[in-house]
Amino acid sequence: MELFLDVTLHLLVGFAATFKLFLLTLIFSLPLGLIVSFGSMSSFFPVRWLVRIFVWMIRGTPLMLQLFVVFYGPGILWGTTIFSNREVAAVVAFVINYSCYFSEIYRSGIEGVPKGQNEAGHVLGMTKPQIFYHITLLQVVKRIVPPMTNEIMTLVKDTSLARIIAVVDIIFVAQRYITSSALIWPLFYSGVFYLLFCGVLTILFRALERKLRFFSV
Amino acid sequence: MPVLEVKNLKKHFGDTKVLDDISFTLEKGSTLSIIGASGSGKTTLLRCLNFLETPDSGSIYVNNEKLFDADDKSTQKESEKRKKRLHFGLVFQSFNLFPQHNVLKNITLACELLAKDQKDYKQNKKEILAEIDKRAHELLDSVGLSDKLFSYPHQLSGGQQQRVAIARALALRPDILCFDEPTSALDPELTGEVLKVIKSLAERDTTMIIVTHEMQFAREVSDIVMFMDDGIVVEQGSPESVFCAPDEERTRRFLERYFEG
Repeated sequence: MELFLDVTLHLLVGFAATFKLFLLTLIFSLPLGLIVSFGSMSSFFPVRWLVRIFVWMIRGTPLMLQLFVVFYGPGILWGTTIFSNREVAAVVAFVINYSCYFSEIYRSGIEGVPKGQNEAGHVLGMTKPQIFYHITLLQVVKRIVPPMTNEIMTLVKDTSLARIIAVVDIIFVAQRYITSSALIWPLFYSGVFYLLFCGVLTILFRALERKLRFFSV
Repeated sequence: MPVLEVKNLKKHFGDTKVLDDISFTLEKGSTLSIIGASGSGKTTLLRCLNFLETPDSGSIYVNNEKLFDADDKSTQKESEKRKKRLHFGLVFQSFNLFPQHNVLKNITLACELLAKDQKDYKQNKKEILAEIDKRAHELLDSVGLSDKLFSYPHQLSGGQQQRVAIARALALRPDILCFDEPTSALDPELTGEVLKVIKSLAERDTTMIIVTHEMQFAREVSDIVMFMDDGIVVEQGSPESVFCAPDEERTRRFLERYFEG
């Protein structure tokens, strides 16, 4: 029993690190993704294609590889130590990766709003920002909640990839019990933390979906 | 003095000529119906008037004010478009109500946003908003939907949605109200309620341009009927002359096909 409590406490500390990476990634990549999506829809050809090629490269290579590139790349190329802090490097790699995935979800949401909605706003004398804020935005939010839920749940579990550049997380802590005490069950036990956290997220996003059910698009 | 003057309007999409030298005038308080086959340019003409398309050449005057001239770049400033389009109202074929706003808000939203530009908005905010709200109630009453104030668009039938859309367009007091096939997306049993509303507007001397396939309706409600084909105005005149004694062979063929069909 004492051992179980000890393991739980240690795993909680590890989970705090996992949660921190999760939260920081969300805070930065949610708005950054919107900017990237505007870039990929830009009417200015060079911007549109540069952004789309970048999104393709990020989505087309493993996040694990991107972690290495962000952590070691700047040092090898320019001899800088800008991302020599492992946690910072992990956050940067995650933010870049998830901004690109989010941007595609935003794009599908924005392009899914019928053209007639924009035209109706224009004809009624609204400005472009007014149309975005009062008409398009909530329709986009309603459309993207289900795919966003999916992506954010993936992020919860992807955080465990940061171990590859030796960032401490819950699995990192759990694994130590194998070498230090020859215990395998803490590793399996760590899965419970992910499960509970994803359960909470599921309930939250369900509630949001229900809240947006008062209209249909 | 005509309220609307359209001069030599031309519009291409790629190689396709959609509008080929369209000119006409419209008197205040009169109703113009535009008929013609699909692809004849009727809808594009309405969209040009509402600044949803930019004509390649020609000009548009409302109350003698030059709103658009293809040769005069100063009339095409993005910043002034907003004010100019308010001379026109447009009712869409597919209604285009805002789904996340209830019926009342659909009508008041644009008015409220415009009111913010008024100089005395801050001091008289309460009165201005109350006035907008009152007008929305009156308009909904006039289209027979005063019991649907707080319904959302998806809870309404197509006919009800289109009546809300008409009230929404009227709320901004446009000089000219345009209808783009207002009943084409409706089930046949729902067209009547919408046509009735448009008819009552005609009786109250609202200046209107109606693009429609409802020939019987066009005949009853219009002061002038215009027949378009291949981007040109083939013929225009009183409903009697166009429907009963058309001058042009093309008009005759179109009407024959239509009434046989």
